[in-house]
Amino acid sequence: MDSSTTSQANPAGASAPEGAGQMSIRTRDVDLFYGDFQALFGVSVDIKPNIITSLIGPSGCGKTTLLRSFNRINERYGNVTTRGTIEILGKNIYDADVSLPELRKSVGMVFQRPNPLPISIYENIIFGLRSHTPKPELGRRGDLDDIVESALREVQLWEVTKNRLKDRATTLTLEQQQKLCIARLLPLKPQVILMDEPCSALDADGIERVEELISELRERFTIVMVTHNMGQAKRASDECIYMYLGKIIEHAPTAELFLNPREEQTAMYIEGRYG
Amino acid sequence: MADGKTSSIRALGSRLLDRAEPLIKGVIYVSGWSSILFVAAIFFFIFKEAAPVLSSVDWGSFFFENRWIPNPADENKAPSYGAAGIIYGTFAITVVSMLIAMPLGLAAAVYISEFATGKTKEILKILVELLAAIPSIIWGFIGLVIMSPIIQWVFGVEVGVNLFNASLMVAFMAIPLIVSISEDSLRAVPDSYREAALALGASRWEMIYRVLFPAAKNGLLAAAMLGVGRAVGETMAVWMASGGTEQFGLLFDRVKAMTATIASEMKDTAHGDEHYQMLFVIGIVLLIICVIINVLSDLVIKGVKKKHS
Ligand SMILES: Nc1ncnc2c1ncn2[C@@H]1O[C@H](COP(=O)(O)OP(=O)(O)O)[C@@H](O)[C@H]1O
Ligand SMILES: [Mg+2]
Repeated sequence: MDSSTTSQANPAGASAPEGAGQMSIRTRDVDLFYGDFQALFGVSVDIKPNIITSLIGPSGCGKTTLLRSFNRINERYGNVTTRGTIEILGKNIYDADVSLPELRKSVGMVFQRPNPLPISIYENIIFGLRSHTPKPELGRRGDLDDIVESALREVQLWEVTKNRLKDRATTLTLEQQQKLCIARLLPLKPQVILMDEPCSALDADGIERVEELISELRERFTIVMVTHNMGQAKRASDECIYMYLGKIIEHAPTAELFLNPREEQTAMYIEGRYG
Repeated sequence: MADGKTSSIRALGSRLLDRAEPLIKGVIYVSGWSSILFVAAIFFFIFKEAAPVLSSVDWGSFFFENRWIPNPADENKAPSYGAAGIIYGTFAITVVSMLIAMPLGLAAAVYISEFATGKTKEILKILVELLAAIPSIIWGFIGLVIMSPIIQWVFGVEVGVNLFNASLMVAFMAIPLIVSISEDSLRAVPDSYREAALALGASRWEMIYRVLFPAAKNGLLAAAMLGVGRAVGETMAVWMASGGTEQFGLLFDRVKAMTATIASEMKDTAHGDEHYQMLFVIGIVLLIICVIINVLSDLVIKGVKKKHS
Protein backbone atom coordinates (compact mmCIF):
# COMPACT_ATOMS: atom_id res chain seq x y z
CA MET A 1 0.00 0.00 0.00
CA ASP A 2 1.29 3.42 -0.84
CA SER A 3 -0.47 5.21 1.94
CA SER A 4 2.68 7.08 2.96
CA THR A 5 2.31 9.37 -0.05
CA THR A 6 -1.00 10.68 1.19
CA SER A 7 -0.08 11.68 4.67
CA GLN A 8 -1.38 15.25 4.70
CA ALA A 9 -4.66 14.02 6.07
CA ASN A 10 -2.86 12.14 8.78
CA PRO A 11 -3.04 13.90 12.13
CA ALA A 12 0.25 12.34 13.12
CA GLY A 13 1.73 13.09 9.72
CA ALA A 14 4.56 15.03 11.28
CA SER A 15 5.88 12.00 13.05
CA ALA A 16 5.37 9.60 10.16
CA PRO A 17 8.66 8.24 8.88
CA GLU A 18 10.31 9.89 5.91
CA GLY A 19 12.16 6.80 4.71
CA ALA A 20 9.53 4.30 3.70
CA GLY A 21 12.05 1.55 4.42
CA GLN A 22 11.79 2.18 8.13
CA MET A 23 8.75 0.03 8.67
CA SER A 24 8.06 -1.44 12.05
CA ILE A 25 6.09 -4.41 10.82
CA ARG A 26 6.24 -5.60 7.25
CA THR A 27 4.36 -8.67 6.13
CA ARG A 28 4.55 -10.32 2.73
CA ASP A 29 2.02 -12.78 1.35
CA VAL A 30 0.96 -14.13 4.69
CA ASP A 31 -1.46 -17.04 4.50
CA LEU A 32 -2.64 -18.51 7.76
CA PHE A 33 -4.56 -21.73 8.30
CA TYR A 34 -6.32 -23.12 11.33
CA GLY A 35 -6.17 -26.75 10.31
CA ASP A 36 -7.80 -26.74 6.87
CA PHE A 37 -9.53 -23.44 7.38
CA GLN A 38 -7.74 -20.49 5.80
CA ALA A 39 -8.14 -17.36 7.94
CA LEU A 40 -5.65 -15.01 6.20
CA PHE A 41 -5.09 -14.66 2.47
CA GLY A 42 -1.92 -13.12 1.09
CA VAL A 43 -1.66 -10.37 3.66
CA SER A 44 1.02 -7.84 2.74
CA VAL A 45 1.06 -4.78 4.90
CA ASP A 46 3.56 -2.20 6.14
CA ILE A 47 3.01 -0.72 9.57
CA LYS A 48 4.86 2.43 10.48
CA PRO A 49 6.62 3.02 13.76
CA ASN A 50 5.43 5.47 16.39
CA ILE A 51 1.87 5.75 15.23
CA ILE A 52 -1.32 3.93 16.08
CA THR A 53 -2.60 1.67 13.36
CA SER A 54 -6.13 0.34 13.72
CA LEU A 55 -7.30 -2.97 12.33
CA ILE A 56 -10.99 -2.74 11.49
CA GLY A 57 -13.46 -4.99 9.77
CA PRO A 58 -16.48 -7.14 10.45
CA SER A 59 -16.33 -9.82 13.09
CA GLY A 60 -14.51 -12.95 11.95
CA CYS A 61 -12.53 -11.22 9.20
CA GLY A 62 -9.19 -12.15 10.74
CA LYS A 63 -8.16 -9.06 12.74
CA THR A 64 -7.31 -11.00 15.86
CA THR A 65 -5.64 -13.69 13.82
CA LEU A 66 -3.38 -11.19 12.07
CA LEU A 67 -2.56 -9.42 15.32
CA ARG A 68 -1.74 -12.66 17.07
CA SER A 69 0.61 -13.70 14.32
CA PHE A 70 2.78 -10.66 15.07
CA ASN A 71 3.95 -12.20 18.34
CA ARG A 72 3.37 -15.78 17.24
CA ILE A 73 1.03 -16.43 20.15
CA ASN A 74 -1.24 -18.01 17.54
CA GLU A 75 0.99 -21.04 17.58
CA ARG A 76 -0.32 -22.12 20.95
CA TYR A 77 -3.20 -23.74 19.16
CA GLY A 78 -0.95 -26.33 17.55
CA ASN A 79 -3.00 -26.59 14.35
CA VAL A 80 -1.86 -23.25 12.96
CA THR A 81 0.16 -23.05 9.76
CA THR A 82 1.60 -19.72 8.66
CA ARG A 83 3.17 -19.04 5.26
CA GLY A 84 4.89 -15.92 4.01
CA THR A 85 7.10 -13.54 5.98
CA ILE A 86 6.48 -11.17 8.83
CA GLU A 87 9.38 -8.84 9.45
CA ILE A 88 9.45 -6.92 12.65
CA LEU A 89 12.20 -4.30 12.82
CA GLY A 90 13.87 -5.90 9.86
CA LYS A 91 13.89 -9.49 11.02
CA ASN A 92 11.59 -12.26 9.81
CA ILE A 93 10.02 -13.54 12.99
CA TYR A 94 9.25 -16.88 11.40
CA ASP A 95 12.94 -17.63 10.85
CA ALA A 96 14.16 -20.73 12.61
CA ASP A 97 16.63 -18.85 14.80
CA VAL A 98 14.05 -16.51 16.33
CA SER A 99 13.57 -16.95 20.05
CA LEU A 100 9.96 -16.62 21.10
CA PRO A 101 10.72 -15.10 24.51
CA GLU A 102 12.89 -12.45 22.84
CA LEU A 103 10.27 -11.75 20.19
CA ARG A 104 7.59 -11.35 22.82
CA LYS A 105 9.82 -9.13 24.86
CA SER A 106 9.95 -6.62 22.04
CA VAL A 107 6.38 -7.21 20.87
CA GLY A 108 4.03 -6.80 23.81
CA MET A 109 0.35 -7.64 23.79
CA VAL A 110 -2.77 -6.31 25.51
CA PHE A 111 -5.81 -8.58 25.42
CA GLN A 112 -9.49 -8.03 24.89
CA ARG A 113 -10.36 -8.91 28.46
CA PRO A 114 -7.95 -7.53 31.03
CA ASN A 115 -5.90 -10.52 32.16
CA PRO A 116 -3.65 -9.55 35.04
CA LEU A 117 -1.96 -12.58 36.55
CA PRO A 118 -3.37 -13.83 39.86
CA ILE A 119 -0.40 -12.44 41.77
CA SER A 120 0.26 -9.06 43.34
CA ILE A 121 0.16 -5.78 41.45
CA TYR A 122 3.88 -5.43 42.08
CA GLU A 123 4.70 -8.90 40.77
CA ASN A 124 2.55 -8.36 37.71
CA ILE A 125 4.67 -5.39 36.73
CA ILE A 126 7.98 -7.21 37.07
CA PHE A 127 6.75 -10.59 35.84
CA GLY A 128 8.30 -10.04 32.43
CA LEU A 129 11.57 -8.76 33.86
CA ARG A 130 11.91 -11.85 36.00
CA SER A 131 11.54 -13.99 32.90
CA HIS A 132 14.06 -12.07 30.89
CA THR A 133 16.74 -11.26 33.43
CA PRO A 134 18.99 -13.79 35.11
CA LYS A 135 18.42 -13.64 38.85
CA PRO A 136 21.72 -12.02 39.86
CA GLU A 137 21.18 -9.17 37.38
CA LEU A 138 17.63 -8.53 38.38
CA GLY A 139 18.75 -5.70 40.55
CA ARG A 140 18.12 -4.81 44.12
CA ARG A 141 14.76 -4.40 45.70
CA GLY A 142 15.07 -0.63 45.42
CA ASP A 143 15.67 -0.75 41.66
CA LEU A 144 12.67 -2.97 41.19
CA ASP A 145 10.60 -0.62 43.32
CA ASP A 146 11.60 2.23 41.02
CA ILE A 147 10.72 0.25 37.93
CA VAL A 148 7.32 -0.61 39.36
CA GLU A 149 6.67 2.97 40.34
CA SER A 150 7.57 4.44 37.00
CA ALA A 151 5.56 1.84 35.08
CA LEU A 152 2.51 2.54 37.22
CA ARG A 153 3.00 6.29 36.91
CA GLU A 154 3.02 6.05 33.15
CA VAL A 155 -0.43 4.52 33.16
CA GLN A 156 -1.76 6.83 35.89
CA LEU A 157 -2.17 4.00 38.34
CA TRP A 158 0.49 4.96 40.84
CA GLU A 159 -1.66 7.14 43.04
CA VAL A 160 -4.38 4.51 43.46
CA THR A 161 -2.10 1.54 43.88
CA LYS A 162 0.91 2.84 45.75
CA ASN A 163 -0.47 1.71 49.10
CA ARG A 164 -1.68 -1.66 47.92
CA LEU A 165 1.08 -2.97 45.70
CA LYS A 166 0.95 -6.30 47.53
CA ASP A 167 -2.75 -6.79 46.78
CA ARG A 168 -3.81 -9.24 44.16
CA ALA A 169 -4.05 -7.55 40.79
CA THR A 170 -7.44 -9.15 40.28
CA THR A 171 -8.88 -6.93 43.02
CA LEU A 172 -8.54 -3.85 40.78
CA THR A 173 -11.40 -2.53 38.68
CA LEU A 174 -11.50 -3.61 35.05
CA GLU A 175 -10.22 -0.25 33.88
CA GLN A 176 -7.35 -0.39 36.35
CA GLN A 177 -6.63 -3.97 35.37
CA GLN A 178 -6.37 -3.03 31.72
CA LYS A 179 -4.02 -0.17 32.57
CA LEU A 180 -1.96 -2.60 34.62
CA CYS A 181 -1.81 -4.92 31.64
CA ILE A 182 -0.34 -2.05 29.66
CA ALA A 183 2.00 -1.06 32.49
CA ARG A 184 3.47 -4.54 32.82
CA LEU A 185 4.77 -4.32 29.25
CA LEU A 186 6.75 -1.16 29.88
CA PRO A 187 9.66 -2.52 31.96
CA LEU A 188 10.52 -4.78 29.01
CA LYS A 189 10.88 -1.73 26.75
CA PRO A 190 8.98 -3.25 23.85
CA GLN A 191 9.09 -1.72 20.40
CA VAL A 192 5.66 -2.84 19.32
CA ILE A 193 2.49 -3.09 21.38
CA LEU A 194 -0.38 -5.15 20.01
CA MET A 195 -3.85 -4.47 21.39
CA ASP A 196 -6.89 -6.60 20.71
CA GLU A 197 -10.00 -4.51 21.35
CA PRO A 198 -8.40 -3.16 24.50
CA CYS A 199 -11.46 -1.19 25.57
CA SER A 200 -14.23 -3.60 24.77
CA ALA A 201 -14.62 -4.73 28.37
CA LEU A 202 -14.73 -1.20 29.77
CA ASP A 203 -17.48 1.34 30.43
CA ALA A 204 -17.62 4.70 28.68
CA ASP A 205 -15.38 6.50 31.18
CA GLY A 206 -12.91 3.65 31.13
CA ILE A 207 -12.82 3.68 27.35
CA GLU A 208 -12.07 7.38 27.30
CA ARG A 209 -9.24 7.19 29.81
CA VAL A 210 -7.64 4.09 28.32
CA GLU A 211 -7.84 5.63 24.86
CA GLU A 212 -6.10 8.72 26.19
CA LEU A 213 -3.41 6.55 27.67
CA ILE A 214 -2.91 4.69 24.40
CA SER A 215 -2.61 8.01 22.59
CA GLU A 216 0.12 9.11 24.93
CA LEU A 217 2.05 5.91 24.34
CA ARG A 218 2.11 6.26 20.57
CA GLU A 219 5.18 8.42 20.54
CA ARG A 220 7.38 5.71 21.94
CA PHE A 221 5.89 2.56 20.49
CA THR A 222 4.43 1.12 17.38
CA ILE A 223 0.86 0.41 18.32
CA VAL A 224 -1.39 -1.92 16.39
CA MET A 225 -4.92 -1.94 17.72
CA VAL A 226 -7.86 -4.09 16.73
CA THR A 227 -11.15 -2.34 17.24
CA HIS A 228 -14.73 -2.92 16.24
CA ASN A 229 -15.62 0.57 17.31
CA MET A 230 -15.50 2.98 14.36
CA GLY A 231 -15.51 5.97 16.66
CA GLN A 232 -12.47 4.66 18.43
CA ALA A 233 -10.65 3.98 15.21
CA LYS A 234 -11.39 7.56 14.09
CA ARG A 235 -10.46 9.16 17.38
CA ALA A 236 -7.45 7.17 18.36
CA SER A 237 -5.64 5.96 15.29
CA ASP A 238 -3.37 7.50 12.74
CA GLU A 239 -3.79 4.85 10.09
CA CYS A 240 -6.46 2.27 9.49
CA ILE A 241 -6.40 -1.11 7.87
CA TYR A 242 -9.72 -2.45 6.70
CA MET A 243 -9.93 -6.23 6.47
CA TYR A 244 -12.60 -8.42 4.98
CA LEU A 245 -12.71 -12.22 4.87
CA GLY A 246 -9.04 -12.61 5.69
CA LYS A 247 -7.79 -10.07 3.14
CA ILE A 248 -6.51 -6.55 3.48
CA ILE A 249 -8.91 -4.37 1.53
CA GLU A 250 -7.56 -0.94 2.24
CA HIS A 251 -4.80 0.66 4.27
CA ALA A 252 -4.78 4.43 4.54
CA PRO A 253 -4.41 7.34 6.93
CA THR A 254 -7.45 7.30 9.19
CA ALA A 255 -9.04 10.54 8.03
CA GLU A 256 -8.66 9.58 4.41
CA LEU A 257 -10.06 6.12 4.89
CA PHE A 258 -13.12 7.47 6.61
CA LEU A 259 -13.70 10.53 4.44
CA ASN A 260 -12.71 9.17 1.16
CA PRO A 261 -12.40 5.39 1.04
CA ARG A 262 -10.81 4.09 -2.11
CA GLU A 263 -12.58 0.76 -2.09
CA GLU A 264 -16.29 0.19 -2.46
CA GLN A 265 -16.22 -2.45 0.31
CA THR A 266 -14.62 -0.10 2.77
CA ALA A 267 -17.22 2.52 2.07
CA MET A 268 -19.99 0.01 2.57
CA TYR A 269 -18.58 -1.12 5.88
CA ILE A 270 -18.09 2.39 7.18
CA GLU A 271 -21.50 3.52 6.03
CA GLY A 272 -23.13 0.33 7.24
CA ARG A 273 -21.96 1.17 10.66
CA TYR A 274 -22.51 4.87 10.40
CA GLY A 275 -25.13 5.30 7.70
CA MET B 1 -62.45 -34.47 21.86
CA ALA B 2 -58.84 -35.62 21.67
CA ASP B 3 -57.82 -32.30 23.09
CA GLY B 4 -60.15 -32.70 26.00
CA LYS B 5 -58.78 -36.17 26.64
CA THR B 6 -55.12 -35.19 26.69
CA SER B 7 -55.84 -32.22 28.86
CA SER B 8 -57.74 -34.35 31.36
CA ILE B 9 -54.85 -36.85 31.37
CA ARG B 10 -52.49 -34.02 31.94
CA ALA B 11 -54.66 -32.74 34.76
CA LEU B 12 -54.69 -36.20 36.30
CA GLY B 13 -50.91 -36.42 35.93
CA SER B 14 -50.39 -33.12 37.61
CA ARG B 15 -52.81 -34.06 40.36
CA LEU B 16 -50.86 -37.29 40.95
CA LEU B 17 -47.67 -35.29 40.97
CA ASP B 18 -49.18 -32.96 43.55
CA ARG B 19 -49.99 -35.97 45.68
CA ALA B 20 -46.56 -37.49 45.15
CA GLU B 21 -44.68 -34.35 45.87
CA PRO B 22 -44.57 -34.69 49.64
CA LEU B 23 -43.49 -38.31 49.14
CA ILE B 24 -40.67 -37.34 46.77
CA LYS B 25 -39.64 -34.61 49.11
CA GLY B 26 -39.61 -37.09 51.95
CA VAL B 27 -37.42 -39.55 50.05
CA ILE B 28 -34.91 -36.84 49.20
CA TYR B 29 -34.96 -35.59 52.74
CA VAL B 30 -34.37 -39.02 54.18
CA SER B 31 -31.56 -39.79 51.72
CA GLY B 32 -29.85 -36.56 52.66
CA TRP B 33 -30.11 -37.16 56.36
CA SER B 34 -29.29 -40.84 56.09
CA SER B 35 -25.76 -40.07 54.92
CA ILE B 36 -25.22 -38.16 58.12
CA LEU B 37 -26.92 -40.96 60.01
CA PHE B 38 -24.57 -43.52 58.48
CA VAL B 39 -21.50 -41.60 59.47
CA ALA B 40 -22.81 -41.23 62.98
CA ALA B 41 -23.65 -44.91 63.05
CA ILE B 42 -20.16 -45.88 61.94
CA PHE B 43 -18.68 -43.83 64.75
CA PHE B 44 -21.16 -45.23 67.21
CA PHE B 45 -20.51 -48.88 66.41
CA ILE B 46 -16.76 -48.60 66.30
CA PHE B 47 -16.76 -46.79 69.61
CA LYS B 48 -19.22 -49.29 71.00
CA GLU B 49 -17.01 -52.25 70.10
CA ALA B 50 -14.01 -50.61 71.67
CA ALA B 51 -15.86 -49.05 74.57
CA PRO B 52 -15.24 -51.64 77.30
CA VAL B 53 -11.50 -51.36 76.88
CA LEU B 54 -11.23 -47.59 76.31
CA SER B 55 -11.05 -46.75 80.01
CA SER B 56 -8.36 -49.33 80.73
CA VAL B 57 -6.11 -48.73 77.70
CA ASP B 58 -2.57 -47.76 78.66
CA TRP B 59 -2.38 -44.88 76.17
CA GLY B 60 1.27 -44.17 76.89
CA SER B 61 2.17 -47.70 75.98
CA PHE B 62 -0.24 -47.73 73.04
CA PHE B 63 1.27 -44.70 71.36
CA PHE B 64 4.90 -44.89 72.41
CA GLU B 65 5.84 -48.52 72.89
CA ASN B 66 6.47 -51.01 70.15
CA ARG B 67 5.24 -54.14 71.92
CA TRP B 68 2.21 -55.56 70.17
CA ILE B 69 1.80 -58.99 71.84
CA PRO B 70 -1.92 -59.78 72.06
CA ASN B 71 -1.31 -63.51 72.64
CA PRO B 72 1.90 -64.01 74.62
CA ALA B 73 3.50 -67.42 74.17
CA ASP B 74 3.92 -67.63 77.93
CA GLU B 75 0.40 -68.12 79.24
CA ASN B 76 1.24 -66.40 82.51
CA LYS B 77 2.29 -63.13 80.93
CA ALA B 78 -0.24 -60.37 80.33
CA PRO B 79 -0.78 -59.36 76.70
CA SER B 80 0.76 -56.07 75.67
CA TYR B 81 -0.67 -53.52 73.25
CA GLY B 82 2.09 -51.08 72.37
CA ALA B 83 1.13 -49.94 68.87
CA ALA B 84 3.91 -47.46 68.16
CA GLY B 85 5.52 -49.74 65.57
CA ILE B 86 2.19 -50.21 63.82
CA ILE B 87 1.35 -46.51 63.85
CA TYR B 88 4.86 -45.84 62.56
CA GLY B 89 4.23 -48.34 59.74
CA THR B 90 1.16 -46.45 58.55
CA PHE B 91 2.98 -43.14 58.88
CA ALA B 92 6.08 -44.36 57.02
CA ILE B 93 4.12 -45.92 54.17
CA THR B 94 2.11 -42.72 53.83
CA VAL B 95 5.19 -40.49 53.71
CA VAL B 96 7.20 -42.66 51.33
CA SER B 97 4.28 -43.34 49.03
CA MET B 98 3.47 -39.63 48.82
CA LEU B 99 7.10 -38.80 48.09
CA ILE B 100 6.74 -41.08 45.09
CA ALA B 101 3.16 -40.32 44.08
CA MET B 102 3.04 -36.56 44.37
CA PRO B 103 5.86 -35.62 41.99
CA LEU B 104 4.84 -38.31 39.51
CA GLY B 105 1.15 -37.49 39.77
CA LEU B 106 1.74 -33.78 39.40
CA ALA B 107 4.08 -34.29 36.46
CA ALA B 108 1.53 -36.50 34.76
CA ALA B 109 -1.22 -33.95 35.40
CA VAL B 110 0.91 -31.16 33.93
CA TYR B 111 1.70 -33.28 30.92
CA ILE B 112 -1.92 -34.18 30.31
CA SER B 113 -3.27 -30.69 30.84
CA GLU B 114 -0.53 -28.58 29.23
CA PHE B 115 1.37 -30.66 26.69
CA ALA B 116 -0.67 -33.58 25.43
CA THR B 117 -3.18 -32.83 22.69
CA GLY B 118 -5.90 -34.62 20.81
CA LYS B 119 -5.72 -38.41 20.85
CA THR B 120 -2.74 -38.65 23.20
CA LYS B 121 -4.60 -36.63 25.78
CA GLU B 122 -7.72 -38.77 25.54
CA ILE B 123 -5.76 -42.00 25.74
CA LEU B 124 -3.79 -40.83 28.75
CA LYS B 125 -6.93 -39.81 30.58
CA ILE B 126 -8.48 -43.20 29.91
CA LEU B 127 -5.31 -44.93 31.13
CA VAL B 128 -5.40 -42.93 34.35
CA GLU B 129 -9.01 -43.96 34.89
CA LEU B 130 -8.10 -47.58 34.22
CA LEU B 131 -5.30 -47.35 36.73
CA ALA B 132 -7.80 -46.09 39.27
CA ALA B 133 -10.05 -49.03 38.58
CA ILE B 134 -7.48 -51.70 39.49
CA PRO B 135 -8.60 -53.31 42.77
CA SER B 136 -6.17 -53.06 45.62
CA ILE B 137 -5.89 -56.83 45.96
CA ILE B 138 -4.35 -56.84 42.48
CA TRP B 139 -1.80 -54.29 43.60
CA GLY B 140 -1.05 -56.45 46.63
CA PHE B 141 -0.58 -59.38 44.32
CA ILE B 142 1.73 -57.40 42.06
CA GLY B 143 3.73 -56.28 45.08
CA LEU B 144 4.03 -59.78 46.44
CA VAL B 145 4.69 -61.72 43.27
CA ILE B 146 6.24 -59.29 40.80
CA MET B 147 7.68 -56.34 42.66
CA SER B 148 9.20 -58.29 45.50
CA PRO B 149 11.71 -60.29 43.42
CA ILE B 150 12.46 -57.19 41.35
CA ILE B 151 13.28 -55.22 44.50
CA GLN B 152 15.43 -58.07 45.78
CA TRP B 153 17.30 -58.20 42.51
CA VAL B 154 17.68 -54.46 41.86
CA PHE B 155 18.59 -53.40 45.38
CA GLY B 156 20.27 -56.61 46.49
CA VAL B 157 18.15 -56.88 49.62
CA GLU B 158 17.04 -60.09 51.30
CA VAL B 159 13.36 -59.31 51.73
CA GLY B 160 11.33 -57.94 48.86
CA VAL B 161 8.19 -57.21 50.82
CA ASN B 162 9.02 -54.12 52.80
CA LEU B 163 8.29 -50.45 53.35
CA PHE B 164 9.46 -49.58 49.86
CA ASN B 165 7.36 -52.21 48.14
CA ALA B 166 4.20 -51.28 50.04
CA SER B 167 4.79 -47.59 49.43
CA LEU B 168 5.27 -48.20 45.74
CA MET B 169 1.97 -50.06 45.51
CA VAL B 170 0.16 -47.40 47.51
CA ALA B 171 1.76 -44.76 45.29
CA PHE B 172 0.42 -46.48 42.19
CA MET B 173 -3.02 -46.45 43.76
CA ALA B 174 -2.83 -42.80 44.79
CA ILE B 175 -1.38 -41.55 41.51
CA PRO B 176 -4.60 -41.73 39.47
CA LEU B 177 -6.41 -39.81 42.18
CA ILE B 178 -3.70 -37.16 42.35
CA VAL B 179 -3.49 -36.92 38.56
CA SER B 180 -7.18 -36.47 37.99
CA ILE B 181 -7.72 -33.88 40.70
CA SER B 182 -4.55 -31.96 39.82
CA GLU B 183 -5.49 -32.06 36.18
CA ASP B 184 -8.94 -30.72 36.96
CA SER B 185 -7.52 -27.84 38.93
CA LEU B 186 -4.92 -27.01 36.26
CA ARG B 187 -7.59 -27.08 33.61
CA ALA B 188 -9.71 -24.73 35.70
CA VAL B 189 -7.01 -22.04 35.46
CA PRO B 190 -8.32 -19.53 32.92
CA ASP B 191 -6.53 -19.69 29.61
CA SER B 192 -6.07 -15.94 29.72
CA TYR B 193 -3.44 -16.40 32.45
CA ARG B 194 -1.47 -18.69 30.19
CA GLU B 195 -1.66 -16.22 27.33
CA ALA B 196 -0.67 -13.34 29.58
CA ALA B 197 2.43 -15.14 30.77
CA LEU B 198 3.43 -16.42 27.34
CA ALA B 199 2.86 -13.03 25.72
CA LEU B 200 5.23 -11.51 28.27
CA GLY B 201 7.88 -13.87 26.97
CA ALA B 202 7.73 -16.52 29.68
CA SER B 203 8.69 -19.99 28.55
CA ARG B 204 6.18 -22.77 28.89
CA TRP B 205 7.88 -24.09 32.01
CA GLU B 206 8.00 -20.68 33.59
CA MET B 207 4.35 -20.23 32.79
CA ILE B 208 3.63 -23.54 34.51
CA TYR B 209 5.50 -22.98 37.73
CA ARG B 210 5.12 -19.23 38.07
CA VAL B 211 1.48 -18.93 37.03
CA LEU B 212 -0.33 -22.25 36.86
CA PHE B 213 0.95 -23.75 40.10
CA PRO B 214 0.14 -20.71 42.23
CA ALA B 215 -3.23 -20.32 40.52
CA ALA B 216 -4.12 -23.98 40.99
CA LYS B 217 -2.51 -24.20 44.40
CA ASN B 218 -5.61 -25.12 46.37
CA GLY B 219 -6.67 -27.84 44.00
CA LEU B 220 -3.17 -29.29 44.01
CA LEU B 221 -3.17 -29.28 47.80
CA ALA B 222 -6.52 -31.00 47.86
CA ALA B 223 -5.15 -33.64 45.50
CA ALA B 224 -2.23 -34.22 47.82
CA MET B 225 -4.51 -34.45 50.81
CA LEU B 226 -6.79 -36.99 49.17
CA GLY B 227 -3.68 -38.95 48.19
CA VAL B 228 -2.65 -39.01 51.82
CA GLY B 229 -6.11 -40.20 52.78
CA ARG B 230 -5.82 -43.00 50.25
CA ALA B 231 -2.44 -44.02 51.64
CA VAL B 232 -3.54 -44.01 55.27
CA GLY B 233 -6.64 -46.07 54.57
CA GLU B 234 -5.21 -48.62 52.13
CA THR B 235 -5.32 -52.13 53.55
CA MET B 236 -5.03 -55.05 51.19
CA ALA B 237 -2.01 -54.06 49.13
CA VAL B 238 -0.23 -52.83 52.22
CA TRP B 239 -0.92 -56.07 54.01
CA MET B 240 0.47 -58.14 51.16
CA ALA B 241 3.47 -56.01 50.22
CA SER B 242 4.75 -54.61 53.50
CA GLY B 243 6.11 -57.73 55.15
CA GLY B 244 3.93 -57.45 58.22
CA THR B 245 6.43 -56.94 61.02
CA GLU B 246 5.71 -54.16 63.46
CA GLN B 247 8.99 -52.32 63.82
CA PHE B 248 10.55 -48.93 63.07
CA GLY B 249 11.79 -50.26 59.76
CA LEU B 250 13.84 -48.42 57.18
CA LEU B 251 13.12 -48.39 53.46
CA PHE B 252 13.95 -52.06 52.83
CA ASP B 253 12.73 -53.43 56.15
CA ARG B 254 9.43 -55.11 56.81
CA VAL B 255 6.80 -52.89 58.38
CA LYS B 256 3.19 -53.31 59.42
CA ALA B 257 0.36 -50.82 59.03
CA MET B 258 -2.68 -50.15 61.20
CA THR B 259 -5.14 -51.23 58.55
CA ALA B 260 -3.31 -54.45 57.80
CA THR B 261 -3.05 -55.21 61.50
CA ILE B 262 -6.79 -55.00 61.94
CA ALA B 263 -7.49 -57.04 58.84
CA SER B 264 -4.97 -59.74 59.58
CA GLU B 265 -5.60 -60.21 63.28
CA MET B 266 -9.36 -60.05 63.40
CA LYS B 267 -9.62 -63.75 62.70
CA ASP B 268 -7.45 -64.55 65.74
CA THR B 269 -9.83 -62.85 68.14
CA ALA B 270 -12.98 -63.98 69.83
CA HIS B 271 -15.81 -61.54 69.46
CA GLY B 272 -15.61 -59.11 72.36
CA ASP B 273 -12.29 -60.19 73.86
CA GLU B 274 -9.59 -57.71 74.72
CA HIS B 275 -7.60 -58.26 71.52
CA TYR B 276 -10.76 -57.67 69.51
CA GLN B 277 -11.45 -54.46 71.36
CA MET B 278 -7.89 -53.24 70.95
CA LEU B 279 -8.18 -53.73 67.19
CA PHE B 280 -11.17 -51.44 67.35
CA VAL B 281 -9.09 -48.92 69.26
CA ILE B 282 -6.68 -48.93 66.34
CA GLY B 283 -9.73 -48.48 64.13
CA ILE B 284 -10.78 -45.43 66.12
CA VAL B 285 -7.36 -43.85 65.79
CA LEU B 286 -7.41 -44.53 62.07
CA LEU B 287 -10.89 -43.08 61.75
CA ILE B 288 -9.86 -39.94 63.58
CA ILE B 289 -6.82 -39.51 61.34
CA CYS B 290 -9.00 -39.90 58.25
CA VAL B 291 -11.59 -37.45 59.52
CA ILE B 292 -8.89 -34.87 60.19
CA ILE B 293 -7.44 -35.33 56.70
CA ASN B 294 -10.88 -35.04 55.16
CA VAL B 295 -11.80 -31.93 57.07
CA LEU B 296 -8.49 -30.35 56.13
CA SER B 297 -8.91 -31.11 52.44
CA ASP B 298 -12.48 -29.89 52.61
CA LEU B 299 -11.32 -26.58 54.04
CA VAL B 300 -8.73 -26.35 51.30
CA ILE B 301 -11.28 -27.05 48.58
CA LYS B 302 -13.63 -24.49 50.09
CA GLY B 303 -10.75 -22.06 49.81
CA VAL B 304 -10.66 -22.79 46.08
CA LYS B 305 -14.32 -22.02 45.62
CA LYS B 306 -14.15 -18.79 47.56
CA LYS B 307 -11.31 -17.54 45.41
CA HIS B 308 -13.12 -18.41 42.21
CA SER B 309 -16.39 -16.72 43.01
N1 LIG C 1 -8.29 -21.06 17.13
C1 LIG C 1 -9.03 -21.08 16.02
N2 LIG C 1 -9.29 -22.24 15.40
C2 LIG C 1 -10.01 -22.28 14.28
N3 LIG C 1 -10.53 -21.21 13.67
C3 LIG C 1 -10.31 -20.01 14.23
C4 LIG C 1 -9.54 -19.88 15.44
N4 LIG C 1 -9.48 -18.56 15.77
C5 LIG C 1 -10.19 -17.92 14.81
N5 LIG C 1 -10.69 -18.76 13.89
C6 LIG C 1 -11.47 -18.41 12.71
O1 LIG C 1 -10.70 -17.52 11.93
C7 LIG C 1 -11.49 -16.46 11.44
C8 LIG C 1 -10.92 -15.13 11.90
O2 LIG C 1 -11.11 -15.02 13.29
P1 LIG C 1 -10.59 -13.77 14.12
O3 LIG C 1 -9.21 -13.51 13.74
O4 LIG C 1 -10.85 -14.07 15.54
O5 LIG C 1 -11.56 -12.63 13.59
P2 LIG C 1 -11.84 -11.19 14.18
O6 LIG C 1 -10.86 -10.91 15.28
O7 LIG C 1 -11.68 -10.28 13.02
O8 LIG C 1 -13.25 -11.20 14.67
C9 LIG C 1 -12.89 -16.72 11.93
O9 LIG C 1 -13.62 -17.32 10.89
C10 LIG C 1 -12.73 -17.65 13.07
O10 LIG C 1 -13.82 -18.52 13.18
MG1 LIG D 1 -11.23 -10.52 17.39
